Amino acid sequence: MNNNKKEKIMQGVFLVTACVSILAVALICFFLFVNGFPAMKEIGLKNFQLGKVWKPGNKKFGIFPMILGSIYVTAGALVIGVPIGILMAVFMARFCPKKLHKIIKPAVDLLAGIPSIVYGFFGLIVLVPFVRNHFTGDGNSIFTASILLGIMILPTIISVSESAIRAVPDSYYEGSLALGATHERSVFLAVVPAAKSGILAAVILGVGRAIGETMAVMMIAGNQPRVPNSIFQGVRTLTTNIVIEMGYATDLHREALIATGVVLVVFILLINLTFSVIKRRSSKA
Amino acid sequence: MNKKEEKAINRLSVSDRVRTYLHHPGSLILWLLVVIAAIATLGVLFYLIGYILIHGIPYLTPDLFAWKYDSDNVSMMPAIINTILMTLISLVIAVPFGIGSAIYLVEYAKRGNKLVSVIRVTAETLTGIPSIIYGLFGMLFFVTYLKWGYSMIAGACTLAIMVLPVIMRTTEEALIAVPDSYREGSFGLGAGRLRTVFKIVLPAAVPGIMSGIILSIGRIVGETAALIYTSGTIADVALNPMNSGRTLAVHMYSLSREGLHTDQANATDVVLLIIVFLINGISGLVSRKFIKGEQEA
Repeated sequence: MNNNKKEKIMQGVFLVTACVSILAVALICFFLFVNGFPAMKEIGLKNFQLGKVWKPGNKKFGIFPMILGSIYVTAGALVIGVPIGILMAVFMARFCPKKLHKIIKPAVDLLAGIPSIVYGFFGLIVLVPFVRNHFTGDGNSIFTASILLGIMILPTIISVSESAIRAVPDSYYEGSLALGATHERSVFLAVVPAAKSGILAAVILGVGRAIGETMAVMMIAGNQPRVPNSIFQGVRTLTTNIVIEMGYATDLHREALIATGVVLVVFILLINLTFSVIKRRSSKA
Repeated sequence: MNKKEEKAINRLSVSDRVRTYLHHPGSLILWLLVVIAAIATLGVLFYLIGYILIHGIPYLTPDLFAWKYDSDNVSMMPAIINTILMTLISLVIAVPFGIGSAIYLVEYAKRGNKLVSVIRVTAETLTGIPSIIYGLFGMLFFVTYLKWGYSMIAGACTLAIMVLPVIMRTTEEALIAVPDSYREGSFGLGAGRLRTVFKIVLPAAVPGIMSGIILSIGRIVGETAALIYTSGTIADVALNPMNSGRTLAVHMYSLSREGLHTDQANATDVVLLIIVFLINGISGLVSRKFIKGEQEA
């Protein structure tokens, strides 16, 4: 009897711990939305999201430049990170000898483990001067941020795509070889297309990582809140907007920053949703 | 013997390969692209590590490890101690909840339970939320609403929520990997569910759980954005968890933002990188052990 009671109690305890993640998500949404919505209402949803001027001193809170900034920087990161990442995944899954794989795999894991502040500092002392000296502008630009973010999303794209490529049955590859195709043709025209939903999921995870990155972008993107005219101009993203001004913001300014966070969360939730839809579709197929 | 023959048939000599590529220039281009991508990725990694080590190691002076921080020596010792404290507090909070919920999901929940899918979705959502949002939430909830102020404990709670899904997922995988025969044997001997979980299933899943904890340590040590507005940036050892204190990553951020101590920032970078090396190495060892254990079972 006593034992039975203990079982029941512990089951309840486990149930409660399991609900913590639900509670956490609920709390995060609640606190962000409650603190962010009043500002959106006061500024006006349209003025807030489509306003092109961010001047907290003049009570002008338009985050359109930051939304654009986030999109530009993420797109730039994808342009650099996706092709290299997928090719690297193909290399690891189908080209490199086993012995080499034993060295490369931990190296890619290491790339994933390096903190963003270390990437940011590397960008600050290596990439920014490089771009300043070899291209135009002062180096703090969309271009620089794209390169660095492209490097940072590499490990995500590589490891997810690699497992997708490895999950393709060997018969695809062998069948293609038997029809007389070369190794490369078989890999790129038979194996990779079969892994495309997994690779797409990898890209979306990469988007999530790039759009949410804060510290590294802040150190190298210039952070000017304006709509940029060229990729060699500085830009401010949603994430950096929060980090830069939160320290001294008060009242409406502070609430506008929290509302920036709300916009970011909505972006992220959309990305997550796409990701899980694709994952479900790929597991069905 | 058999294996050797098989290899001989499939093996291409260099001249074979050259001939193939001459006939199929498209394949040659694809091969080149793949190799270039591999060299680029590894090249970036080694350049990054090499650059940091070369520019940082010469400035690793004893001054940087002084017990007390001041603006002259910019010592990182308090930050290192804070990092250890922060890691410990976060794990003490996150590990029981993470393991508990994984146990519920794997051992208790019935199939098709609605709650399980809700928990899965929320855990996935938590994984996707960027660290700055955690920082914002921590500031609004722990620092402002609960009136804890900038403090280690506020930072640790924020980080605990951040690493919770990591621990949940790895523990869940480890528990699922424990063969059902273990549980059946235990039930067959008359043990209850609780006893089975704690005496049989959990011990078998320890390596998997450990790898999750190590992954979490890696995230905690490297985190900056979630800590600036929760645990603050005071550069002293926070012996009282209600005090503000900066971890090594936040220290690094402050140094690079001031821009006065580039050499010292480089040296701090080296220490941070070495810690990441160690964590990665240990996690590699543990997961190798995990895989080995699985094969034996």
